[in-house]
Amino acid sequence: MRRTWWIYLIAVLGLVAVAAPFVWMLLGSFKTQGELLRVPPTWLPQAPTTQNYDDLFNKANFPRYFLNSTLVALVVTAGNLAFCSMIGYALAKLRFKGRNALFVLVLATLMVPGMVTFVPLFVFVTNAGLANSYPGLILPFLVSPFGVFLMRQFFSGLPDDLMDAGRVDGTSELGIFARIMLPLTRPALATLGILTFLGSWNNFLWPLVIAQTEDKYTLPVALALYSTGQNAQNFGLLMAGAVVVVVPVLVMFLVFQRHVTKGIAITGLK
Amino acid sequence: MRSLRRETAAAWILVLPFVALFLAFTAGPVLGSLGMSFTDIKQRDLRTPFAVNGVGFDNYLKALSDETFRQAAFNTAYFVVIGVPLTLAVALAAAVLLDRGVKRFQALFKVGYYLPVVTSIVAIAVIWRFVLSPDAGLVNTVLGWVGIDGPNWLASKTWAMPSLIAMAVWRNFGSAMIIFLAGLQGIPQTVEEAGQIDGAGPWQRFRYLILPLLRPTLLFTSVTTGIGYLQFFEEPFVMTQGGPLNSTVSVSMYTYQQFGFGNYGLATSMSYLLFVVIAVITFIQFRLLREK
Repeated sequence: MRRTWWIYLIAVLGLVAVAAPFVWMLLGSFKTQGELLRVPPTWLPQAPTTQNYDDLFNKANFPRYFLNSTLVALVVTAGNLAFCSMIGYALAKLRFKGRNALFVLVLATLMVPGMVTFVPLFVFVTNAGLANSYPGLILPFLVSPFGVFLMRQFFSGLPDDLMDAGRVDGTSELGIFARIMLPLTRPALATLGILTFLGSWNNFLWPLVIAQTEDKYTLPVALALYSTGQNAQNFGLLMAGAVVVVVPVLVMFLVFQRHVTKGIAITGLK
Repeated sequence: MRSLRRETAAAWILVLPFVALFLAFTAGPVLGSLGMSFTDIKQRDLRTPFAVNGVGFDNYLKALSDETFRQAAFNTAYFVVIGVPLTLAVALAAAVLLDRGVKRFQALFKVGYYLPVVTSIVAIAVIWRFVLSPDAGLVNTVLGWVGIDGPNWLASKTWAMPSLIAMAVWRNFGSAMIIFLAGLQGIPQTVEEAGQIDGAGPWQRFRYLILPLLRPTLLFTSVTTGIGYLQFFEEPFVMTQGGPLNSTVSVSMYTYQQFGFGNYGLATSMSYLLFVVIAVITFIQFRLLREK
């Protein structure tokens, strides 16, 4: 037992190194502009103020961006849960022509860099009249090869006997999927749902080029434009903005972390 | 009872939404970018993408002979060669620490170390610009305590890239750590106990017993981290825009800049060059680390 104290010391020092910037951001969001610029910097706010949050929600249009981010993330998550579980089930459990080819295709796309599809996707979406629209923000992300892979792996682990039992009872093939097999994949659905929501919430580059007017901005886009535009010198506002982007997903992550880490360990992807 | 026809019909209904979206938003764009890379398409042709001229391999040749593109390729290699081993080393050290050393509060540490992975890069950028800022920054303040006058990290040609690498390691090691943890938990305690009986010290046990058994996990994390780091984009995009003097411009970053300039044909040829490199390196990693 005696030699464990220094192991904990290392672990705590690591935690401090990882968490210090977060703590600093959180504390910074309650500081005045003057205090943020002070050299040497302070840790605790000396005159705590909620002015930055007031400005964020009253002067800047953050409620709107918050709503946009939530809407896009929810629809994208719902789409991934529905469509990836559907094709995942078909790939794992149903016989049909082209099944293997389709699976290989899904695996191959996992390796294609986002930059490869970026330009033609932009040309296509713009030509389809979807630039600066919610469908333009949402449609390219409704399915993901990662989600297909994850769901297929989970369905593969379920016994075929369950399907046969359903067939004996006269349940239709789609009924077997929806009423017997799907409810058994709840852990996989939880993992996929959380990871998809996080990914969509933090997605940056695509919304940056597609959302052209302020009413379609998502939170990361708004924050990025604030940190480079004329507000770039208003550090308190930036800190508060960063908190508003980070805290909802952190809370969600803490609540569901067991599923997330389990799902990541199983599938091995970020 | 089990009718193949009914099964096939059900399968196609289940597969259809994916196939439609996949064709429109993934397969289509992949083929589209291959086609575009052989044309002189520019931003002004946005509405008439099929009315452009073929130019053969001109874009590829132009990219390969472009000074900045070569600089970007060098920077990307720099980032990958230093960043991937560093990230994996930190991740493995953290995983061993949590798995073998820390019994109480393990979940707390695990979640703590993983937090940067789930955080938006934009929020991270806001924080890190302060961490690295020359005067009031956290790093230079700490260095000041021991009498070192820290540089202006992001504005220095020498220090900008190491700064971004440090930031990337900080941001990403958590996801490899989780996979290492899963790998470590799969190694039975008896393996280590046997080593202990044979008189192997902690380091020897790690080097000759644990590490070889982690080989599949190591393959997996090095491939996924490698693929991710070859596409190095977000850190320079939000922190330096590729500067100073192109010292942090990456291939993805330069591709995006060319897109911004409206040179769509050139941009797509660059992204295809990157794709080929990723495919080749992934293939080599599989060959090198595959279990004998």
